Amino acid sequence: MRILVPVKRVIDYNVKARVKADGSGVDLANVKMSMNPFDEIAVEEAIRLKEKGVAEEVIAVSIGVKQAAETLRTALAMGADRAILVTATDDVQQDIEPLAVAKILAAVAKAEGTELVIAGKQAIDNDMNATGQMLAALLGWAQATFASKLEIDGGKAKVTREVDGGLQTIAVALPAVVTADLRLNEPRYASLPNIMKAKKKPLEEKTAADYGVDVAPRLEVVSVREPEGRKAGIKVGSVDELVGKLKEAGVI
Amino acid sequence: MFDQRTDEYQDIRDAVRALCAEFPDEYHRKIDEARAYPAEFVDALTRAGWMAALIPEAYGGSGLGLTEASVIMEEINRSGGNSGACHGQMYVINTLIKHGSEAQKQHYLPRIATGEWRLQSMAVTEPTTGSDTTKIKTVAVKKGDRWVINGQKVWISRVLHSDLIIVLARTTPVEQCRKPSEGMSIFIVDAKAAQANGQLVVKPIPNMVNHETNELFFDNLEVPEENLIGTEGQGFKHLLSGLNAERVLIAAECIGDGYWFTDRVVKYVNERVVFGRPIGQNQGVQFPIAEAFIEVEAANLMRFKAAALYDADQPCGAEANMAKYLAAKSSWEAANACIQFHGGFGFANEYDVERKFRETRLYQVAPISTNMILGYVGQHVLGMPKSY
Ligand SMILES: Cc1cc2nc3c(=O)[nH]c(=O)nc-3n(C[C@H](O)[C@H](O)[C@H](O)COP(=O)(O)OP(=O)(O)OC[C@H]3O[C@@H](n4cnc5c(N)ncnc54)[C@H](O)[C@@H]3O)c2cc1C
Ligand SMILES: Cc1cc2nc3c(=O)[nH]c(=O)nc-3n(C[C@H](O)[C@H](O)[C@H](O)COP(=O)(O)OP(=O)(O)OC[C@H]3O[C@@H](n4cnc5c(N)ncnc54)[C@H](O)[C@@H]3O)c2cc1C
Repeated sequence: MRILVPVKRVIDYNVKARVKADGSGVDLANVKMSMNPFDEIAVEEAIRLKEKGVAEEVIAVSIGVKQAAETLRTALAMGADRAILVTATDDVQQDIEPLAVAKILAAVAKAEGTELVIAGKQAIDNDMNATGQMLAALLGWAQATFASKLEIDGGKAKVTREVDGGLQTIAVALPAVVTADLRLNEPRYASLPNIMKAKKKPLEEKTAADYGVDVAPRLEVVSVREPEGRKAGIKVGSVDELVGKLKEAGVI
Repeated sequence: MFDQRTDEYQDIRDAVRALCAEFPDEYHRKIDEARAYPAEFVDALTRAGWMAALIPEAYGGSGLGLTEASVIMEEINRSGGNSGACHGQMYVINTLIKHGSEAQKQHYLPRIATGEWRLQSMAVTEPTTGSDTTKIKTVAVKKGDRWVINGQKVWISRVLHSDLIIVLARTTPVEQCRKPSEGMSIFIVDAKAAQANGQLVVKPIPNMVNHETNELFFDNLEVPEENLIGTEGQGFKHLLSGLNAERVLIAAECIGDGYWFTDRVVKYVNERVVFGRPIGQNQGVQFPIAEAFIEVEAANLMRFKAAALYDADQPCGAEANMAKYLAAKSSWEAANACIQFHGGFGFANEYDVERKFRETRLYQVAPISTNMILGYVGQHVLGMPKSY
């Protein structure tokens, strides 16, 4: 089985995001970028399936600016076998929308003869939570989102999903799209020998045009604002005073 | 913000940081309090290949340059750890890589790369000669196919956590040499076997930092002739080339410490409110921190310059020493600012500031004292008479 893992280059989760002065989005110029943390979990899961002998090959794919090659090298250092970089824009500020990404992924999945796609459940930059679902729809494959456990058995994937109020276990027929939730696994860190090996692994370069996909935005961002700063609190002396203050504030 | 910068070594930085993140402040604090060896931490670094970075690929390492090795050391210290527990391997291995015979390299390097053996101790300093290395009194005399070593060393680190150590001994009396720096040789010694048969006695020295460091006594220590590294009589010269690497790596560790101190203190002074405002709003607090940061940044440039020269096989003695000088000085400035502006809390163990403060202070004295660097620059760079 061949597993495709889409990985997105996003603003590093440690970085304090700053909104651009014109309110058009988060400033990404000269900011540390890393692999979307949910995608790291997806890569880890795919590698584990390979280590168990369930999969033969793990292919990482990234769609965006050419700098996403660094993100792919991270996936290769973790253990992916090869990578495909699909350059879709030169502008580091442009976010390629889920539908365009899903269309490109569908084309890659078909071209590579993939039976399983493991993606992150969402990207931490735009929090869309849409690409995996759209991809499954475009391919006409089964989907299992928010996975916290994944087992492959014969032609089926048994997936435990984190749903509101508990866990749901479903079986889906392969080929399928699975999206990884936080508790699926704990991704490994790359070892030095694997970082060195990753530099020599194949990284194929494509463009969105190679797949005939138009990546022009279809959504309009009206404005982006920083969250409001937290206001100072007050200390209260008793439960009665607390209740009084809450009433005053009109919340109870 | 500066801590969001990236450079071409980001893959190494990210991976070392991820590993170090599994060993939080508390781990290092407890190890320090118990004066224990951070074996799990060093094992994890070894397993992930970091301690074999400098070993050529043909011998099971990754064949990286000194620049990359220095980034590894920097990240360990920047993450709150102390490279002192393991940096010995990085320094010492260079001597073997550069001057060892093919047979020696085949024998030792692959086993060191896997972590089966540790070579992280180098015995140079002696109690009665100190910084004046060419006067060492430890002697090695050839008897048949063996060398027999007698003498005493002091401050020799990590011996109890090394399988192999490198020993500098005089093999020709200084009066018979053209120059005092000649007539010394280096030997690779099986430390475990030598201790077992009583030819090597190791006495730990309780000290200010959690640094396993010892007095060594050689009592007719027998070493097979094939354990001499490089050319007989040229040992000091062989060591010196390794010492330039050591200077650069120490500089990088100090730089890692420096950024650790500025990171911590900036966070603290932004949060700590007395006199009705964050203490970081006072110039009396802000300026010394900014000053220390600027000095760390400048030292960082000299570190990269020295490392690049070393990696290009160019002479780098001056740059390596100056990088070590600047870095040790700047991390000490940063340490002082950090402890000062933590007020009383800087003295509480649970803030880790006092621990890092002690650790970084060492680098003004060891492995080379700041004064010796000034003497070197005065003489070799500026052309003043030799003062030492
Ligand atoms: C924790 C620790 C670990 C160590 N690990 C090792 C190790 O693994 N292997 C090893 O071989 N050594 C090791 N050392 C020894 C270290 O390299 C020496 O301490 C250092 O070289 C200084 O030598 P000394 O202590 O004899 O000081 P001295 O040479 O006695 O010097 C004392 C002071 O006088 C100053 N001084 C001396 N001569 C002059 C001069 N001519 N001009 C101006 N000032 C001068 C020095 O700068 C220094 O500040 C370690 C030391 C410590 C503290
Ligand atoms: C070992 C030890 C024993 C002690 N024993 C006692 C004791 O017996 N009894 C007791 O009452 N206290 C004791 N103390 C507390 C000590 O007096 C305080 O630590 C000290 O007064 C500093 O207060 P702080 O720690 O809250 O630092 P902070 O007030 O938070 O100050 C932190 C740093 O910011 C600087 N700073 C703060 N405001 C300004 C400003 N406006 N302009 C410029 N710089 C500023 C300070 O100079 C300091 O360097 C002890 C402390 C220690 C470490």
